[in-house]
Amino acid sequence: MGSTVTQQIFQQIVNGLSLGSIYALIALGYTMVYGIVKLINFAHGDVMMVGAYSGWFAITALHMPFLPALIFSMLSCALLGVLIERIAYKPLRNATRIAALITAIGVSLFLEYGGMLLVTAQVRTYPPVFPETRYEIYGVIFKYGDIVMLVTSVVLMVLLHITVQYTKMGKAMRAVSFDKDAALLMGINTNNIISFTFAIGSALAAAAGVLMGVYFNTIDPLMGIIPGLKAFVAAVLGGIGIIPGAMVGGLALGLVESIVSGLGASTWRDAVSFLILILVLIIKPSGLFGKNVREKV
Amino acid sequence: MRNLFNRQNIVALLGIVLLYAVVQGLIVSDIMPPFYKLTLIQICIYIILATSLNLINGITGQFSIGHAGFMAIGAYISAIITTILNGPLVLGLLAGAIVAALAGILVGLPTLRLKGDYLAIATLGFGEIVRIIFLNTEYVGGAAGFTLPSKITWTWAFGLMALSVVLMKNFVNSTHGRACISIRENEIAAESMGVNTTKYKVMAFTMGAFFAGLAGGIYANYFYIIQPMTFNFLLSFNILVMIVLGGLGSMTGGIVGAIVMTLASALLAGVPEWRNVITAVLLVIMMIFRPTGIMGTKEFSLNFLGKKSEKNAASKN
Repeated sequence: MGSTVTQQIFQQIVNGLSLGSIYALIALGYTMVYGIVKLINFAHGDVMMVGAYSGWFAITALHMPFLPALIFSMLSCALLGVLIERIAYKPLRNATRIAALITAIGVSLFLEYGGMLLVTAQVRTYPPVFPETRYEIYGVIFKYGDIVMLVTSVVLMVLLHITVQYTKMGKAMRAVSFDKDAALLMGINTNNIISFTFAIGSALAAAAGVLMGVYFNTIDPLMGIIPGLKAFVAAVLGGIGIIPGAMVGGLALGLVESIVSGLGASTWRDAVSFLILILVLIIKPSGLFGKNVREKV
Repeated sequence: MRNLFNRQNIVALLGIVLLYAVVQGLIVSDIMPPFYKLTLIQICIYIILATSLNLINGITGQFSIGHAGFMAIGAYISAIITTILNGPLVLGLLAGAIVAALAGILVGLPTLRLKGDYLAIATLGFGEIVRIIFLNTEYVGGAAGFTLPSKITWTWAFGLMALSVVLMKNFVNSTHGRACISIRENEIAAESMGVNTTKYKVMAFTMGAFFAGLAGGIYANYFYIIQPMTFNFLLSFNILVMIVLGGLGSMTGGIVGAIVMTLASALLAGVPEWRNVITAVLLVIMMIFRPTGIMGTKEFSLNFLGKKSEKNAASKN
């Protein structure tokens, strides 16, 4: 009996990590965009949905295998992210925060219902791209998909870390997020850097979308709403604007959700995430990894 | 002393009564098709929702997007009282509004320490939590929803709407309302001038929640069925769009926004798949080219009617 309980716990941890790595990928985009333009990009979850659809299109219509389909979807969403930024957010860069937030909500609705017009509200089934192989270690089941998901997310996160920390572009990104005006004075083209950030964030969301389609098998035009909100919770949990925070926050949220589901309260799962969000905001608004910034008058 | 029966108030009252009487006449004489009546009552509900959210977002400047949560509380509490406990309609509506207001205090006290985006997200989370609680409560029908008889007539909806708007407008024009506006303009300056910012923020939040609860009660007692899915955050966004469209911070703007949006959605009812796309595009275009909305922070008022009498009063002195 004791061993089955431990097995159960480990099984939930495995499930939680797979789910959490999706949240972490989406949360990274939220956090990067917030870090650089201080905007909650509500449309981010819907970019993920577009990513899932373009991956689906690549696999079913263009008959691509998994990896090229993933790259195809990431590239198309990077383009979409830049377009959204240039058309909807750039004119509002100096507007009030509320105006920018409402625009983001508008873009989100546009992607959801525009997508619905384009591909209809019908739920699509993702083709099986992975063999149904299961590995069992001490009674804990690892699906082939779980492993691919974790590996893909870890590889993408490492790539992101290298880009942000060791490339010239990454250095410029950090400079812009630290002080946009000073960065401009130092000869950094801030507009390009902001577009680049949107491109990277959207590409990561697209990867999350494809993984999500593979993991849950079904996609629909409104699939981005809830994971988008959850990923935002993850970003806030880790400290919004902080890249490692988003990774840890995403994984932590995934774990919490699968533990709540494992306890047989899966209908309360979303409520628990939002409760965590409110508690984090009240107790430590800067998140787990955040530093307290003193308010200036 | 201010004269309650000045020219503006009398004209406004006459206008309200006339509007009511015309519509009531059309309904009683069966000239008005049911779809029009439904739209008119919907407009009343949305006007209450929009003005009450405007009190929080526009007047006090606290960005809340969890209004559907308060509406859900009002709807469910009033439904329980009028249907399960067989209480009178007035009691149901009032109780729903009061419980929503209590929830407003409960949420407002801790979360109003947050600012801007963070407050928005916290209220969004609250709205979703409320919805999930009702979704998981079998007593009120869970996901399937709660059916109840339709008791709200045009008289009720219009009367309550007019009453709510007058009460909220008076609040905005009072000392308290000005304190709230000062918080919106500059919180630190307001605080240093001696405005108790927490108190006024919670006050605005509670009032907003109260009227949202009332609107929820009217909704529940008119539409036969309430389901948790109705009160998702898209509804909160919809109300937000109304006040932004009309002009954040303008009470009459909120009313204009509510009327425009409800009529637009009624007109586009034939093409539901286009409705949200059009709304979304309009919203983005509006934010880029006219972020202040139709009315800005201006109010439509009948002040021009009062000028003559004021002059007379001044010359007498």
